Amino acid sequence: MISFISGRLLSLMVTTLVASIVVFMLMQVLPGDPALIILGMNAEPETVAALHRQLGFDQPMWLRYLQWIGGFFVGDFGTSITYSVPISELLGPRIMVTVPLALMSMLISIFGAIVIGVYAAANRGKIGDTIAMGIAQIGVAIPNFWLALLLILLFALKLLWFPASGFSGWDDGIWNGLRSLVLPALALGLPLAAILGRVTRSAVIETLGEDFIRTARAKGLSRSAALWKHAVPNALIPVVTIVGLQFSFLLAGTIIIENVFNLPGIGRLVFQAIAQRDLVTVQSLVTLLAASVIIVNFVVDLVYGYLDPRLSNGGH
Amino acid sequence: MRSALKWGLAAGLIAMSMGTASAKDTLTIGQTLEPPGLDPTAGAAAPIRYITYTNLYEGLVRVMQDGSVQPLLAESWTVSDDQKTYTFTLRQGVKFHDGSSFDCSNVKFSYERAVAPDSTNAQKGLFEPIEKTECPDAATAVVTLKRPTSNFLFNMAWGDAVMMSPDSVADNKTNPVGTGPFKFKEWVKGDKVVLEKNPDYWGTAAKLSQVTFKFISDPSAAAAAIQAGDVDAFTSFQAPELVNRFQNDANLQVEIGSTSGKVVLALNNARKPFDDVRVRQALAHAIDRKSVAEGTYSGFGAPIGSHYTPIEPGYVDLNDAYAYDPAKAKELLQAAGVPDGFEMTIQLPPPTYARRGGEIIAAMLAEVGIRANLVPLEFPQWLEQVFRGSDFDATIINHAEARDLDIYARDKYYFNYQNPEYKALYKAFTEASSEEQQMDLLGQLQRKLSADEPNVFLYAFPKIGVWNKKVKGLWVNMPVPADDVTQAYWEE
Amino acid sequence: MSNASNTAIAAEPGIVVRVLASRNLVIGLIVTFILIAMALVSFVWTPFSPTALNFAEKLQAPSLRHWFGTDNFGRDVLSMIMVGARNSIAVSIVAVVVGAGIGVPLGAVAAARGGWIDGVVMRMSDLAFAFPALLTAVIITAIFGPGAVNAMIAIGIFNIPVFARVTRGASMGLWKREYVQAARCAGRSDTAITALHILPNINHVLLVQVTIQFALAIVAEAGLSYVGLGAQPPMPSWGKMLNDAQTFIYDAPWLAIFPGLAITFAVLGLNLLGDGLRDILDPKVRRQR
Repeated sequence: MISFISGRLLSLMVTTLVASIVVFMLMQVLPGDPALIILGMNAEPETVAALHRQLGFDQPMWLRYLQWIGGFFVGDFGTSITYSVPISELLGPRIMVTVPLALMSMLISIFGAIVIGVYAAANRGKIGDTIAMGIAQIGVAIPNFWLALLLILLFALKLLWFPASGFSGWDDGIWNGLRSLVLPALALGLPLAAILGRVTRSAVIETLGEDFIRTARAKGLSRSAALWKHAVPNALIPVVTIVGLQFSFLLAGTIIIENVFNLPGIGRLVFQAIAQRDLVTVQSLVTLLAASVIIVNFVVDLVYGYLDPRLSNGGH
Repeated sequence: MRSALKWGLAAGLIAMSMGTASAKDTLTIGQTLEPPGLDPTAGAAAPIRYITYTNLYEGLVRVMQDGSVQPLLAESWTVSDDQKTYTFTLRQGVKFHDGSSFDCSNVKFSYERAVAPDSTNAQKGLFEPIEKTECPDAATAVVTLKRPTSNFLFNMAWGDAVMMSPDSVADNKTNPVGTGPFKFKEWVKGDKVVLEKNPDYWGTAAKLSQVTFKFISDPSAAAAAIQAGDVDAFTSFQAPELVNRFQNDANLQVEIGSTSGKVVLALNNARKPFDDVRVRQALAHAIDRKSVAEGTYSGFGAPIGSHYTPIEPGYVDLNDAYAYDPAKAKELLQAAGVPDGFEMTIQLPPPTYARRGGEIIAAMLAEVGIRANLVPLEFPQWLEQVFRGSDFDATIINHAEARDLDIYARDKYYFNYQNPEYKALYKAFTEASSEEQQMDLLGQLQRKLSADEPNVFLYAFPKIGVWNKKVKGLWVNMPVPADDVTQAYWEE
Repeated sequence: MSNASNTAIAAEPGIVVRVLASRNLVIGLIVTFILIAMALVSFVWTPFSPTALNFAEKLQAPSLRHWFGTDNFGRDVLSMIMVGARNSIAVSIVAVVVGAGIGVPLGAVAAARGGWIDGVVMRMSDLAFAFPALLTAVIITAIFGPGAVNAMIAIGIFNIPVFARVTRGASMGLWKREYVQAARCAGRSDTAITALHILPNINHVLLVQVTIQFALAIVAEAGLSYVGLGAQPPMPSWGKMLNDAQTFIYDAPWLAIFPGLAITFAVLGLNLLGDGLRDILDPKVRRQR
């Protein structure tokens, strides 16, 4: 087990490092000169050159990479070209939007998945199962950014329950902040709930068929008790694992949903940074996102390894 | 929306019941884009100027809403007979927000910094005519030019020519220090910049105690915020299609004005077939500028016939030069030897006016047999490829800079217009000694451009202002990028 | 075809019967057919021109004349959706072909050779999975410029590791089978074994994956177009239509509804097709049902 973990840990670090190199190289070939963007349409060539020197672009590439990655691993993500402030300073308030959003949508997806999956499993083969799985099938097919527009139409424009977009900030009170995150979290969480609902259904059905439940049922345990006390908790393990594996999709989702709802989160920051060629910010944020996916996958692997010891023996 | 209104009414009732204790003295202005920093000498972005121009920083002179140049930190000035020496008498007792005093050394520092070899001033070209700045005494600044420059005073009124203190330049991007009636309070990144009244201001004190610039990039959210009263004013509203909902709102006032921006279909004059004036004229006749303004900006932009807007001094109306006339366009194409039209690409930067304008113009050109392929570009790519590289057939862009007729006289500019007559005219204009002469030459320059049509001039970029009816003193027109709130106040 | 699966199929009811018995497959086939038909018809006929501007009829609500209404340029939304189907299908086909064309050989090699080659292929796919797909697609289009072709490439790149993993996973076990080992002993090359024994036995897995990736590619294309990086005007695309609709959402909600319905309809059809194919092709699933 320990060699399994340390092996995975090493490959995790190497993957992150390679990711950082890939991102850095991409930034080097990205067309568009940040100095020209800052200085605009009347800039003289020598002014652009002066700004290049100020930004350190005249240094060799490998040196810039080493300086950046050296700082990155000790938590210094560099200075934003556009805003001239440390990137960690930009990051702080945005994490306070993106992380709550991701957590809310995860909760929504797990709750929705249990409702729909358990209901379908309990009514296996009946009309309720067909309807629930039909809804799930549609939920899987709806792109989250379109769902976002529909939610805005219904809940923000017709019913006026939630703001159509924007984020009022946590300063105005937690409730106001949460209110502006409800629709985005639903738009992200519901399609995920549909995917997870299908997994939950088959997991519950599978557990219901296992020997210990049959035995318990034979001993007189009621159907609903068997379902809620045994089948659902056991079925949750694969569901939660899938949630972990969906993390990367969730991150990608927050990027587009933050843009639909104009939320000042990390996704929008990355987007703007790409548009403004704030290269240092882009490379730091993308590497951070990649690292977080890699770490989450590592944790999922560990959980898997713990649940299924065959994996840790290196067998395929 | 209805509940927002309800709340607005309720708030109004509460305010009334509390009596007119005191007029409101804080203002929240909504803006589409957040500035990258708050130092106008370190970047070209217009949002920097919206927040800082005359509110935070001041130059020797300033531009008023009517486009005139007025004294600010210079009380008065004299110009030598050869138009090359400007002697400014500086205002006394002016202090920067950090407490240091303003005198001629700041003028010398600011101008010399702008022309220095390592200067990163986005408009370094404005300062290029300056040969030297001298300080005979603390209250007098003598600026000597290399050659007469008609626009010199106007140029020194740009946001890029503001006075700074040597002690604060390093931090001005994040902690701006100027001499204006407002000083910097805080910047919540991604949300707002707050300015507060400067109690030690040298001149007429601001009427507001605090001004907040709030950044709302999404037009729908911006519309909701202003209707709910979360912001008091949106001075440059970017979604013309939402304006009609404000016009029906009893609490709001809509003011459609103009900026000095010129939206043009820029053509690569060095490339075939655009090197032929008849082809350029054919394009002008083939494009219905009114429909373009209608489709891109709900008809708010006034069509223009040259590279000049009605809010600038010396404007000549040349709108009738190229009436919408596809038949005439075809004749001109025939005369130019391309009777069957040709294929061209139009590179489109991201703003809506460009993307939508491209779709409309492509459809119009198709009517006269010109097949236009649309190539959308991100702004960085546009700057690199079209602007710096001159690698394009045509593009749609708003030339936002005021009074920039000089770009057609440059030896190297992206649309490659090279015309000795125009250059001679422009030289005569910069050296003109009397205002009369200047105005006359300005008219000639506009006519020459209209006749040559190096670019198809579309419309003046409008300024859509929406604000609470009780807010007074905001700009309707915007001759230079600015959101001057120094005289703004709430009506009782 | 291996004997094992041949006999399995022979022992089951005929293929037509099984297709018709799968509700998923039937609905999926119908929806996919409608989608393709819509795209094909749009080449020769649309109710109105999808590109010509007509300001006189701008922002009209759905009516008998314009079933899905008109946009801010007075263009017929139904016509635009029909032409948009073309774009969605074209981008998705290329993206899947790129993904499968590179991913399947990579996965096959990894399974056949194992060892360090397997390790490298798997670590590379780990790496690709570590980047949120949309984000990398945005960077790729920022490098190469927006447009349908670059969207195809960007989405295709993301299909490579998916196909590599699926191919590797499905064929790994087969290499341990006796008849494969026997072929190896008989001196057959790995390439020949892969072509003759491995791929024919995993083609059902790949076919299902193709439909899934096709559906995902449609969503991905719409997402890229939505952020302005996919197909470019005057070519209508569903994602761009949704983006354009957003500023008009107060006054013209139909602009936001119909393109989204089209995307959902297409993805739903392809997902059902995938599920249906799995139902009838994958022996394991068949036994479970």
